[in-house]
Amino acid sequence: MSCCGDSPGYEELDEVSKLVATKLAAFLRTLRDSGFAVGPREGQDAASLMAAGYAGKPGLLRSAFKHLFSARKSDWDRFDGLFDAFWLGRRVRSRSRTIGSTRAANSPSLKSLQDRKSEPAGGEATDQIPSDGNDAPEDRAGEGRMEGASRAQNLSEVDFRRMADPDQIEEAHEVAASLAKTMRTRLTRRDLARRRGYRLDLRRTIHGNISHGGVPISLVKRQHKAKPLRLVMLLDASGSMSMYTGVFLRFIHGVLDEFREAEAFLFHTRLAYVSDAMKEKDASRALDRLSIMAQGAGGGTRIGESLQTFNRWHAARVLHSRSCVMIVSDGYETGDAALLGREMAALARRCRRIVWLNPMMAWEGYAPEAAGIKAALPFVDLYAPANTLKSLTELEPYLAKL
Amino acid sequence: MNNREEIAQALAKSGYIADGELATAVSLMQLLRRPLLLEGEAGVGKTEVAKALASVHDTELIRLQCYEGLDQSAALYEWNYQRQLLSIQAHRGGDADAIEDQIFSEKYLLERPLLAAIRRTKPPVLLIDEIDRADDEFEAFLLELLSDFQVSIPELGTIEAITIPHVVLTSNGTRELSDALRRRCLYHYVDYPDVDREARIIMARIDGATASLSLQIARMVEGIRKEELRKVPGVAETLDWAAALVGIGVHDLLETPETVHETLMCLLKTHEDKSRLTREVTARILGKVA
Repeated sequence: MSCCGDSPGYEELDEVSKLVATKLAAFLRTLRDSGFAVGPREGQDAASLMAAGYAGKPGLLRSAFKHLFSARKSDWDRFDGLFDAFWLGRRVRSRSRTIGSTRAANSPSLKSLQDRKSEPAGGEATDQIPSDGNDAPEDRAGEGRMEGASRAQNLSEVDFRRMADPDQIEEAHEVAASLAKTMRTRLTRRDLARRRGYRLDLRRTIHGNISHGGVPISLVKRQHKAKPLRLVMLLDASGSMSMYTGVFLRFIHGVLDEFREAEAFLFHTRLAYVSDAMKEKDASRALDRLSIMAQGAGGGTRIGESLQTFNRWHAARVLHSRSCVMIVSDGYETGDAALLGREMAALARRCRRIVWLNPMMAWEGYAPEAAGIKAALPFVDLYAPANTLKSLTELEPYLAKL
Repeated sequence: MNNREEIAQALAKSGYIADGELATAVSLMQLLRRPLLLEGEAGVGKTEVAKALASVHDTELIRLQCYEGLDQSAALYEWNYQRQLLSIQAHRGGDADAIEDQIFSEKYLLERPLLAAIRRTKPPVLLIDEIDRADDEFEAFLLELLSDFQVSIPELGTIEAITIPHVVLTSNGTRELSDALRRRCLYHYVDYPDVDREARIIMARIDGATASLSLQIARMVEGIRKEELRKVPGVAETLDWAAALVGIGVHDLLETPETVHETLMCLLKTHEDKSRLTREVTARILGKVA
């Protein structure tokens, strides 16, 4: 996506009236804000289409724009609504989904949490001593809610802090390193010239034997090329997972260090990109940033919505066809289970393998009965228990096969 | 733009019953000179679009079937190494430059689909089938070719396109395509046809299928698609089934429920689906057809 493509080609401007061009540019912006991949070339083509006489017929124009601007089925399905809302002024629900990246969405709450954190004494004081009468009632109600949420978070916060224990960090790194070693490389079907291989590389053989007058004496062969596997981790940081977030965060930290290509996300009711925060050199600052991000984790888990955000805004950048997505979650979906199913299907199309690690699975008598995990399981390649670092090491032989 | 109706008619004449939006897409392909990316479930007739397009333009169809590991030498060009080696041996002792010029001439060049497509005097239809099966590297290479329409062969120089082919790409969505390629293309999602269109497709394709029988078959297939199946029957399966029914001599599905049930093997391709559609279920769906 380019930011400089707002104006359609100037050569068209004498034909399309300036007003239409401005409106078209605004429409392009709307599309971009909704996640459509629309560049300057598309804008130019759209302008030339309008100049070619499509502008007079809304139905035809919509169909033409739909072909031009859509890039995938989700675009295709949403386009008519967006078009009608913009050009024909009809109110359509899907129009409202125009917020930017999750990080931007997170920032206000992050900030407020940070401010709270800087004056913990004050917060405690209001909790214990009845208010001195200056507080407005609704103000207090709001504070009470915040207080409750952050108290529930205490547990996981302690867990995060434990990451500072050097022994545990080392252990996490060891596990991640051995996993990384086994998972790092995958064979590709694409060949590379090698001295020892299974197939003759005629082009290089001939070129290499010019000095022998074209008699092929030394042979060049082709062999499969190894390609690094990219690991993308999505960690559920909701309340029900709070006992395990610490363990997995350490693991993620190790993975980010050891893997050449790895990305990490946290999710609870929304999704946060944490690779950068985790890569922070200064350990205490990294922890600070993380515990702030995780504090949003209060009640439920919206796995479906988080995955939707991931698919819409991050997947194109983070995933390629040789990526393995590792989801760590108990699968207690408080949102729409059907949405989770749909998003898992979309995710499965984008990446090579999906691993779902479920800490609850280690519990006796656990069966995947929750609606969320039921909807997601058909798309999961490996579904395994994992509640400690040790159980992660036991997974190694399975992960190596991915 | 006025040729939209003409395109729809021409497509229909070639045996492809298009919906209105596809005709728009085809006219845009010509107007904007962009490739057309078709996505949809397997068996909805994506490949058929390219075939119909070739017959509409009365031109050759060049097809490149993609698979994992597809590379330049299978898609673009390859030197005929065996002939080159022979030639080197045959001209042993001759002038080295002359031999080199000779063995790197077009005579020794093996044309693969992509090179063939840009060297025709009449623009052909280039069908790049199941692009999602090829890998990322090939996709990137294709992107370059589709924007420049020129190929550079180190030994021979740059080969410019004589004509720009009509490019159709199809994808089953087994792998997500890159945003760059998607943006480069016009996008069209091919869905299962509605009853009316499917009936017309049957009539156009199967000799001896009457209007009433075609409509019954189309309704029946629509009913079956609504069942929870592992492999939903596509248009190709519908046509198979229609051909089978016509071949057996069925004129009315309601009169021959036994035959209908027994020939369902044309539509259902897994054991699970077959056992799910019991006689009772078939009878129930058949009841709705009436």
